[in-house]
Amino acid sequence: MLPSAARQTELLYFVRQDCGSCHGLRLEGGLGVPLTAAALKGKPAESLRDTILYGRSGTTMPPWNPFLTEAEAGWIVQMLQKGLP
Amino acid sequence: MRRYLILPLLIALFSLAGCAATLPQRGTGDLGVVIERATGSIQVVGTTNRTRLGQITGLGDLSHASVNYSRDERYAYVFGRDGGLTKVDLLEMRIVKRVIQSGNSIGGAISQDGRFVAASNYTPGGVRIFNAETLDLVADIPSADRAGKSSKVVGLVDAPGNRFVFSLFEAGEIWVADMSAPSGLAVTKFEHIGKDPYDAMITADGRYYLAGLFGEDGLALLDMWNMEAGVKRVLNGYGKGEQQLPVYKMPHLEGWAATGNELLVPAVGRHEVLVIGMNNWKEVGRIPVHGQPVFVVARPDNRQVWVNFALPHNDTVQVIDVPSRTIIKTLKPGKAVLHMEFTPRGEQVWISVRDEDRVEVYDTGTFAKIKELPASKPSGIFFTPRAHRTGL
Repeated sequence: MLPSAARQTELLYFVRQDCGSCHGLRLEGGLGVPLTAAALKGKPAESLRDTILYGRSGTTMPPWNPFLTEAEAGWIVQMLQKGLP
Repeated sequence: MRRYLILPLLIALFSLAGCAATLPQRGTGDLGVVIERATGSIQVVGTTNRTRLGQITGLGDLSHASVNYSRDERYAYVFGRDGGLTKVDLLEMRIVKRVIQSGNSIGGAISQDGRFVAASNYTPGGVRIFNAETLDLVADIPSADRAGKSSKVVGLVDAPGNRFVFSLFEAGEIWVADMSAPSGLAVTKFEHIGKDPYDAMITADGRYYLAGLFGEDGLALLDMWNMEAGVKRVLNGYGKGEQQLPVYKMPHLEGWAATGNELLVPAVGRHEVLVIGMNNWKEVGRIPVHGQPVFVVARPDNRQVWVNFALPHNDTVQVIDVPSRTIIKTLKPGKAVLHMEFTPRGEQVWISVRDEDRVEVYDTGTFAKIKELPASKPSGIFFTPRAHRTGL
Protein backbone atom coordinates (compact mmCIF):
# COMPACT_ATOMS: atom_id res chain seq x y z
CA MET A 1 0.00 0.00 0.00
CA LEU A 2 1.32 3.44 -0.92
CA PRO A 3 1.88 5.97 1.86
CA SER A 4 -0.63 8.85 1.83
CA ALA A 5 0.29 11.98 -0.06
CA ALA A 6 1.02 13.84 3.18
CA ARG A 7 3.17 11.00 4.45
CA GLN A 8 5.00 10.86 1.11
CA THR A 9 5.97 14.51 1.52
CA GLU A 10 7.18 13.76 5.05
CA LEU A 11 9.17 10.76 3.89
CA LEU A 12 10.87 12.66 1.08
CA TYR A 13 11.85 15.39 3.53
CA PHE A 14 13.11 12.75 5.95
CA VAL A 15 15.26 11.10 3.28
CA ARG A 16 16.79 14.40 2.15
CA GLN A 17 17.41 15.82 5.61
CA ASP A 18 17.96 12.91 7.96
CA CYS A 19 19.39 10.27 5.62
CA GLY A 20 21.24 13.23 4.11
CA SER A 21 23.16 13.71 7.37
CA CYS A 22 25.32 10.73 6.43
CA HIS A 23 24.54 10.21 2.74
CA GLY A 24 24.65 13.89 1.72
CA LEU A 25 21.74 16.22 0.94
CA ARG A 26 22.26 15.35 -2.69
CA LEU A 27 22.60 11.70 -1.70
CA GLU A 28 26.01 11.56 -3.33
CA GLY A 29 27.52 9.92 -0.27
CA GLY A 30 29.46 10.87 2.82
CA LEU A 31 30.03 8.64 5.82
CA GLY A 32 27.29 6.57 4.15
CA VAL A 33 27.40 5.29 0.57
CA PRO A 34 25.87 7.23 -2.36
CA LEU A 35 22.10 6.70 -2.76
CA THR A 36 21.67 8.21 -6.22
CA ALA A 37 19.68 6.30 -8.85
CA ALA A 38 22.93 5.49 -10.65
CA ALA A 39 24.53 4.14 -7.47
CA LEU A 40 21.53 1.92 -6.68
CA LYS A 41 20.97 0.68 -10.23
CA GLY A 42 20.51 -3.07 -10.45
CA LYS A 43 20.50 -3.60 -6.67
CA PRO A 44 17.68 -5.81 -5.41
CA ALA A 45 14.92 -3.62 -3.94
CA GLU A 46 14.12 -6.07 -1.18
CA SER A 47 17.62 -6.11 0.28
CA LEU A 48 17.79 -2.31 0.08
CA ARG A 49 14.49 -2.15 1.96
CA ASP A 50 15.85 -4.52 4.61
CA THR A 51 18.99 -2.42 4.97
CA ILE A 52 16.80 0.60 5.72
CA LEU A 53 14.61 -1.32 8.16
CA TYR A 54 17.23 -3.36 9.98
CA GLY A 55 20.48 -1.50 9.37
CA ARG A 56 23.78 -3.11 8.56
CA SER A 57 25.75 -4.56 11.42
CA GLY A 58 29.41 -3.70 11.43
CA THR A 59 28.70 -0.39 9.73
CA THR A 60 27.31 2.94 10.88
CA MET A 61 23.90 2.26 9.23
CA PRO A 62 21.25 1.99 11.98
CA PRO A 63 17.87 0.20 11.73
CA TRP A 64 15.10 2.64 10.88
CA ASN A 65 12.18 0.33 11.69
CA PRO A 66 11.18 2.38 14.74
CA PHE A 67 10.36 5.21 12.34
CA LEU A 68 9.26 3.46 9.14
CA THR A 69 6.89 0.67 8.18
CA GLU A 70 7.93 -1.99 5.70
CA ALA A 71 5.71 -0.39 3.04
CA GLU A 72 7.22 3.03 3.67
CA ALA A 73 10.77 1.71 3.43
CA GLY A 74 9.82 -0.08 0.22
CA TRP A 75 8.38 3.13 -1.20
CA ILE A 76 11.59 5.01 -0.28
CA VAL A 77 13.63 2.40 -2.16
CA GLN A 78 11.39 2.84 -5.23
CA MET A 79 11.85 6.60 -5.08
CA LEU A 80 15.61 6.34 -4.62
CA GLN A 81 15.96 3.94 -7.52
CA LYS A 82 13.95 6.28 -9.73
CA GLY A 83 15.91 9.26 -8.49
CA LEU A 84 14.53 11.40 -5.67
CA PRO A 85 12.39 14.33 -6.89
CA MET B 1 21.77 73.69 24.58
CA ARG B 2 20.07 70.84 22.89
CA ARG B 3 19.96 72.62 19.53
CA TYR B 4 23.73 72.89 19.36
CA LEU B 5 24.11 69.17 19.62
CA ILE B 6 22.09 68.38 16.53
CA LEU B 7 24.58 69.59 13.94
CA PRO B 8 27.55 67.49 15.01
CA LEU B 9 25.23 64.53 15.25
CA LEU B 10 24.00 65.07 11.69
CA ILE B 11 27.56 65.37 10.41
CA ALA B 12 28.44 62.15 12.17
CA LEU B 13 25.44 60.41 10.61
CA PHE B 14 26.32 61.61 7.12
CA SER B 15 29.92 60.53 7.39
CA LEU B 16 28.78 57.10 8.58
CA ALA B 17 26.45 56.83 5.60
CA GLY B 18 29.30 57.82 3.28
CA CYS B 19 31.48 55.03 4.58
CA ALA B 20 28.70 52.48 4.32
CA ALA B 21 28.45 53.10 0.60
CA THR B 22 32.05 52.00 0.11
CA LEU B 23 33.16 49.60 2.84
CA PRO B 24 31.38 49.30 6.16
CA GLN B 25 33.55 50.56 8.97
CA ARG B 26 33.12 48.00 11.68
CA GLY B 27 34.90 45.33 13.60
CA THR B 28 34.16 41.66 13.02
CA GLY B 29 34.55 40.21 16.51
CA ASP B 30 30.81 40.02 17.03
CA LEU B 31 29.99 38.50 13.65
CA GLY B 32 29.20 34.96 12.68
CA VAL B 33 27.84 32.68 10.01
CA VAL B 34 24.68 30.56 10.01
CA ILE B 35 24.68 27.72 7.49
CA GLU B 36 21.45 27.35 5.51
CA ARG B 37 22.15 23.83 4.43
CA ALA B 38 19.42 23.07 1.92
CA THR B 39 19.75 26.26 -0.10
CA GLY B 40 23.53 26.38 -0.22
CA SER B 41 23.54 29.79 1.37
CA ILE B 42 24.91 31.37 4.53
CA GLN B 43 23.69 34.23 6.64
CA VAL B 44 26.13 36.71 8.10
CA VAL B 45 24.87 37.59 11.58
CA GLY B 46 25.83 39.99 14.35
CA THR B 47 25.63 38.89 17.98
CA THR B 48 25.62 42.37 19.55
CA ASN B 49 22.19 43.29 18.21
CA ARG B 50 21.19 39.72 17.29
CA THR B 51 20.56 40.60 13.69
CA ARG B 52 20.92 39.16 10.24
CA LEU B 53 23.31 41.38 8.32
CA GLY B 54 23.18 39.66 4.97
CA GLN B 55 22.88 36.45 3.00
CA ILE B 56 25.38 34.97 0.59
CA THR B 57 24.30 32.33 -1.91
CA GLY B 58 26.01 29.91 -4.25
CA LEU B 59 28.02 27.81 -1.81
CA GLY B 60 26.91 24.38 -3.06
CA ASP B 61 25.86 21.40 -0.93
CA LEU B 62 26.17 22.59 2.66
CA SER B 63 24.98 19.47 4.48
CA HIS B 64 27.50 18.99 7.27
CA ALA B 65 29.23 22.26 6.39
CA SER B 66 31.79 23.74 8.76
CA VAL B 67 33.52 27.09 9.02
CA ASN B 68 36.94 28.33 10.04
CA TYR B 69 38.01 31.96 10.31
CA SER B 70 41.06 33.93 9.26
CA ARG B 71 42.94 35.31 12.24
CA ASP B 72 41.79 38.85 11.46
CA GLU B 73 38.20 37.54 11.73
CA ARG B 74 37.31 39.04 8.39
CA TYR B 75 37.19 35.96 6.20
CA ALA B 76 35.19 32.78 6.67
CA TYR B 77 36.34 29.55 5.06
CA VAL B 78 33.27 27.41 4.42
CA PHE B 79 33.79 23.70 3.81
CA GLY B 80 30.86 22.06 1.99
CA ARG B 81 29.90 18.45 1.59
CA ASP B 82 30.37 18.66 -2.19
CA GLY B 83 34.09 19.35 -1.75
CA GLY B 84 33.67 23.07 -2.20
CA LEU B 85 35.92 25.40 -0.22
CA THR B 86 34.59 28.96 -0.25
CA LYS B 87 36.33 32.03 1.14
CA VAL B 88 33.79 34.65 2.17
CA ASP B 89 34.46 38.29 3.06
CA LEU B 90 32.22 39.12 6.03
CA LEU B 91 32.57 42.87 5.56
CA GLU B 92 31.89 43.06 1.85
CA MET B 93 29.45 40.14 2.15
CA ARG B 94 30.69 38.39 -0.92
CA ILE B 95 32.48 35.28 -2.05
CA VAL B 96 36.16 36.09 -2.54
CA LYS B 97 37.11 32.74 -4.01
CA ARG B 98 35.63 29.29 -4.35
CA VAL B 99 37.40 26.08 -5.33
CA ILE B 100 36.06 22.56 -5.66
CA GLN B 101 38.87 20.80 -3.88
CA SER B 102 37.55 17.22 -3.83
CA GLY B 103 34.49 15.13 -4.51
CA ASN B 104 33.19 14.89 -0.98
CA SER B 105 34.43 16.78 2.02
CA ILE B 106 33.79 16.59 5.73
CA GLY B 107 35.61 19.40 7.48
CA GLY B 108 38.39 21.90 7.68
CA ALA B 109 40.95 23.60 9.86
CA ILE B 110 43.20 26.65 9.77
CA SER B 111 46.85 26.56 10.81
CA GLN B 112 48.23 28.26 13.90
CA ASP B 113 49.93 30.96 11.82
CA GLY B 114 46.84 31.48 9.69
CA ARG B 115 48.69 30.81 6.44
CA PHE B 116 47.12 27.47 5.59
CA VAL B 117 43.64 26.02 5.48
CA ALA B 118 43.22 22.26 5.32
CA ALA B 119 40.23 20.24 4.13
CA SER B 120 39.58 16.61 5.04
CA ASN B 121 37.86 14.48 2.46
CA TYR B 122 35.70 11.38 2.21
CA THR B 123 36.12 10.98 -1.54
CA PRO B 124 38.78 10.42 -2.70
CA GLY B 125 40.00 10.67 0.90
CA GLY B 126 43.04 12.51 2.14
CA VAL B 127 43.75 16.04 3.26
CA ARG B 128 44.42 18.97 0.99
CA ILE B 129 46.17 22.05 2.25
CA PHE B 130 45.66 25.46 0.67
CA ASN B 131 47.20 28.88 0.86
CA ALA B 132 44.71 30.78 3.06
CA GLU B 133 45.15 33.96 1.05
CA THR B 134 44.74 32.60 -2.49
CA LEU B 135 43.28 29.12 -1.96
CA ASP B 136 46.06 27.75 -4.17
CA LEU B 137 46.86 24.12 -3.42
CA VAL B 138 49.98 23.84 -1.26
CA ALA B 139 50.01 20.15 -0.33
CA ASP B 140 48.03 17.03 -1.06
CA ILE B 141 48.17 14.19 1.47
CA PRO B 142 46.45 11.05 0.13
CA SER B 143 45.10 8.86 2.92
CA ALA B 144 46.37 5.55 1.60
CA ASP B 145 47.37 3.09 4.29
CA ARG B 146 50.24 0.59 4.01
CA ALA B 147 48.15 -1.65 1.77
CA GLY B 148 47.41 1.30 -0.51
CA LYS B 149 43.75 1.50 0.47
CA SER B 150 42.28 4.96 0.77
CA SER B 151 40.36 6.01 3.91
CA LYS B 152 37.80 8.65 4.67
CA VAL B 153 39.45 11.36 6.72
CA VAL B 154 37.69 12.64 9.84
CA GLY B 155 38.50 14.68 12.95
CA LEU B 156 40.79 17.22 11.28
CA VAL B 157 42.06 19.91 13.66
CA ASP B 158 44.99 22.30 13.94
CA ALA B 159 47.58 21.94 16.69
CA PRO B 160 50.35 24.21 18.00
CA GLY B 161 53.55 24.06 15.98
CA ASN B 162 51.64 24.70 12.75
CA ARG B 163 50.46 21.14 12.62
CA PHE B 164 47.29 19.48 11.43
CA VAL B 165 46.03 16.28 13.07
CA PHE B 166 43.45 13.93 11.58
CA SER B 167 42.12 10.37 11.67
CA LEU B 168 41.61 7.70 9.01
CA PHE B 169 38.22 6.01 9.40
CA GLU B 170 38.74 2.69 7.59
CA ALA B 171 42.45 2.28 8.32
CA GLY B 172 42.19 3.23 12.01
CA GLU B 173 45.16 5.59 12.02
CA ILE B 174 46.00 9.07 13.31
CA TRP B 175 48.29 11.27 11.23
CA VAL B 176 50.07 14.49 12.14
CA ALA B 177 51.05 16.83 9.30
CA ASP B 178 53.73 19.32 10.31
CA MET B 179 53.70 22.43 8.13
CA SER B 180 56.74 23.90 9.89
CA ALA B 181 59.05 21.08 8.81
CA PRO B 182 62.15 22.17 6.85
CA SER B 183 60.83 20.29 3.81
CA GLY B 184 57.56 22.21 4.06
CA LEU B 185 55.59 19.17 5.18
CA ALA B 186 56.34 16.11 7.30
CA VAL B 187 53.70 13.50 8.12
CA THR B 188 53.92 11.30 11.22
CA LYS B 189 51.62 8.27 11.18
CA PHE B 190 50.21 6.29 14.10
CA GLU B 191 48.80 2.93 13.06
CA HIS B 192 46.39 0.54 14.79
CA ILE B 193 44.87 3.22 16.97
CA GLY B 194 41.46 1.46 17.05
CA LYS B 195 38.56 0.52 14.83
CA ASP B 196 36.59 3.18 12.91
CA PRO B 197 37.58 6.53 14.40
CA TYR B 198 34.55 8.61 13.44
CA ASP B 199 35.47 12.05 14.74
CA ALA B 200 38.01 13.67 17.00
CA MET B 201 38.75 16.80 18.99
CA ILE B 202 41.73 18.56 20.48
CA THR B 203 41.64 20.20 23.89
CA ALA B 204 41.66 24.01 23.86
CA ASP B 205 45.31 24.09 24.97
CA GLY B 206 46.21 22.03 21.92
CA ARG B 207 47.70 19.25 23.99
CA TYR B 208 45.39 16.23 23.79
CA TYR B 209 43.95 14.86 20.57
CA LEU B 210 41.13 12.38 21.20
CA ALA B 211 39.43 10.27 18.57
CA GLY B 212 36.10 8.55 19.22
CA LEU B 213 35.90 4.95 18.00
CA PHE B 214 32.72 3.61 16.46
CA GLY B 215 33.95 0.06 15.90
CA GLU B 216 34.96 -0.71 19.47
CA ASP B 217 35.07 0.54 23.01
CA GLY B 218 37.20 3.43 24.07
CA LEU B 219 38.92 6.50 22.74
CA ALA B 220 42.30 6.94 21.09
CA LEU B 221 44.45 9.57 22.83
CA LEU B 222 47.51 11.32 21.45
CA ASP B 223 49.48 13.63 23.74
CA MET B 224 50.86 16.28 21.40
CA TRP B 225 53.49 17.20 24.00
CA ASN B 226 54.78 13.65 24.03
CA MET B 227 54.15 12.15 20.63
CA GLU B 228 56.96 9.61 21.17
CA ALA B 229 54.70 7.84 23.67
CA GLY B 230 52.34 7.04 20.79
CA VAL B 231 48.58 6.72 20.76
CA LYS B 232 47.03 5.25 23.89
CA ARG B 233 43.64 3.66 24.32
CA VAL B 234 41.64 5.22 27.11
CA LEU B 235 38.23 4.73 28.63
CA ASN B 236 37.65 1.18 27.53
CA GLY B 237 34.03 1.13 28.63
CA TYR B 238 33.03 4.06 26.61
CA GLY B 239 31.29 3.96 23.28
CA LYS B 240 29.79 0.68 22.22
CA GLY B 241 29.05 -2.27 24.44
CA GLU B 242 26.44 -2.59 27.18
CA GLN B 243 22.95 -2.06 25.79
CA GLN B 244 23.94 0.16 22.97
CA LEU B 245 21.06 1.67 21.01
CA PRO B 246 21.07 2.22 17.26
CA VAL B 247 22.94 5.44 16.49
CA TYR B 248 20.75 7.75 14.41
CA LYS B 249 23.22 10.56 14.30
CA MET B 250 26.92 10.32 14.94
CA PRO B 251 28.01 12.44 17.89
CA HIS B 252 30.19 15.41 17.07
CA LEU B 253 33.30 15.64 19.11
CA GLU B 254 34.34 19.13 18.18
CA GLY B 255 32.33 20.65 20.97
CA TRP B 256 33.54 18.29 23.66
CA ALA B 257 33.46 20.18 26.85
CA ALA B 258 36.75 20.38 28.72
CA THR B 259 35.92 21.90 32.06
CA GLY B 260 39.23 22.30 33.81
CA ASN B 261 40.19 18.81 34.89
CA GLU B 262 37.20 16.99 33.48
CA LEU B 263 35.97 16.25 30.00
CA LEU B 264 32.26 15.81 29.28
CA VAL B 265 31.68 13.64 26.24
CA PRO B 266 28.68 12.19 24.41
CA ALA B 267 28.25 8.44 24.94
CA VAL B 268 27.77 6.71 21.60
CA GLY B 269 24.42 4.93 21.42
CA ARG B 270 23.43 5.73 25.00
CA HIS B 271 21.33 8.35 26.72
CA GLU B 272 24.28 9.55 28.72
CA VAL B 273 27.00 12.14 28.93
CA LEU B 274 30.22 10.72 30.31
CA VAL B 275 32.55 12.56 32.66
CA ILE B 276 36.22 11.73 32.17
CA GLY B 277 38.95 12.70 34.61
CA MET B 278 41.78 14.26 32.64
CA ASN B 279 44.47 13.34 35.17
CA ASN B 280 44.08 9.59 34.60
CA TRP B 281 41.64 9.43 31.65
CA LYS B 282 39.21 7.27 33.61
CA GLU B 283 35.48 7.59 33.74
CA VAL B 284 34.48 9.47 36.88
CA GLY B 285 30.76 9.79 36.29
CA ARG B 286 27.78 9.48 33.99
CA ILE B 287 24.96 11.94 33.59
CA PRO B 288 21.65 10.51 32.34
CA VAL B 289 20.19 12.74 29.63
CA HIS B 290 17.09 12.92 27.44
CA GLY B 291 18.44 11.07 24.39
CA GLN B 292 21.61 10.19 22.50
CA PRO B 293 23.81 13.29 22.73
CA VAL B 294 25.13 14.84 19.53
CA PHE B 295 26.84 18.04 20.68
CA VAL B 296 28.04 18.44 24.26
CA VAL B 297 29.37 21.98 24.47
CA ALA B 298 30.60 24.03 27.40
CA ARG B 299 29.63 27.63 27.93
CA PRO B 300 32.85 29.68 27.72
CA ASP B 301 33.09 29.88 31.53
CA ASN B 302 32.74 26.05 31.72
CA ARG B 303 30.08 26.23 34.38
CA GLN B 304 27.30 24.95 32.11
CA VAL B 305 27.28 22.32 29.40
CA TRP B 306 24.56 22.34 26.75
CA VAL B 307 23.51 19.13 25.01
CA ASN B 308 21.42 18.39 21.93
CA PHE B 309 20.22 14.99 20.73
CA ALA B 310 19.81 12.56 17.86
CA LEU B 311 16.48 11.42 16.42
CA PRO B 312 13.87 10.95 17.79
CA HIS B 313 14.81 13.33 20.63
CA ASN B 314 16.14 16.13 18.48
CA ASP B 315 13.54 18.69 19.56
CA THR B 316 15.20 19.07 22.95
CA VAL B 317 18.18 20.82 24.52
CA GLN B 318 19.37 20.13 28.05
CA VAL B 319 21.63 22.18 30.27
CA ILE B 320 23.98 20.45 32.71
CA ASP B 321 25.29 22.29 35.76
CA VAL B 322 28.92 21.17 35.78
CA PRO B 323 29.73 21.39 39.51
CA SER B 324 26.70 19.28 40.53
CA ARG B 325 26.52 17.22 37.30
CA THR B 326 22.76 17.67 37.23
CA ILE B 327 20.34 18.79 34.55
CA ILE B 328 19.14 22.24 35.50
CA LYS B 329 17.04 23.02 32.43
CA THR B 330 15.27 21.23 29.60
CA LEU B 331 14.28 23.33 26.61
CA LYS B 332 12.10 22.40 23.63
CA PRO B 333 13.17 24.76 20.86
CA GLY B 334 11.43 22.68 18.17
CA LYS B 335 12.01 19.86 15.72
CA ALA B 336 15.57 19.12 14.60
CA VAL B 337 17.86 21.14 16.83
CA LEU B 338 21.17 20.81 14.99
CA HIS B 339 23.70 23.11 16.60
CA MET B 340 24.44 25.50 19.46
CA GLU B 341 26.96 28.34 19.56
CA PHE B 342 27.74 30.64 22.47
CA THR B 343 28.41 34.35 22.20
CA PRO B 344 32.09 35.10 22.91
CA ARG B 345 31.69 35.33 26.69
CA GLY B 346 28.71 33.03 26.92
CA GLU B 347 25.86 35.25 28.12
CA GLN B 348 23.75 33.98 25.24
CA VAL B 349 23.52 30.92 23.06
CA TRP B 350 22.25 30.64 19.50
CA ILE B 351 20.44 27.45 18.58
CA SER B 352 19.56 26.29 15.07
CA VAL B 353 16.18 24.58 14.70
CA ARG B 354 16.19 23.10 11.22
CA ASP B 355 12.60 22.01 10.75
CA GLU B 356 11.20 25.23 12.20
CA ASP B 357 13.34 27.29 9.80
CA ARG B 358 14.69 29.50 12.54
CA VAL B 359 17.54 30.29 14.87
CA GLU B 360 16.70 30.98 18.51
CA VAL B 361 18.74 33.04 20.95
CA TYR B 362 18.59 32.24 24.67
CA ASP B 363 19.90 33.95 27.77
CA THR B 364 22.12 31.36 29.47
CA GLY B 365 21.47 32.82 32.92
CA THR B 366 17.67 32.93 32.89
CA PHE B 367 17.09 30.47 29.98
CA ALA B 368 14.61 32.98 28.56
CA LYS B 369 14.25 33.05 24.79
CA ILE B 370 15.38 36.47 23.66
CA LYS B 371 14.89 36.31 19.94
CA GLU B 372 13.92 34.22 16.94
CA LEU B 373 15.59 34.80 13.60
CA PRO B 374 14.26 33.24 10.40
CA ALA B 375 16.70 31.01 8.51
CA SER B 376 16.20 28.40 5.82
CA LYS B 377 16.97 24.91 7.24
CA PRO B 378 19.72 26.24 9.50
CA SER B 379 22.45 23.84 10.64
CA GLY B 380 25.86 25.00 11.88
CA ILE B 381 26.34 28.35 13.64
CA PHE B 382 29.90 29.66 13.80
CA PHE B 383 31.00 32.89 15.48
CA THR B 384 34.25 34.66 14.65
CA PRO B 385 35.99 34.21 18.06
CA ARG B 386 36.70 30.69 16.81
CA ALA B 387 39.49 32.41 14.85
CA HIS B 388 41.57 32.51 18.00
CA ARG B 389 40.84 29.08 19.39
CA THR B 390 43.04 26.07 18.69
CA GLY B 391 41.10 23.22 17.16
CA LEU B 392 38.21 25.35 15.90
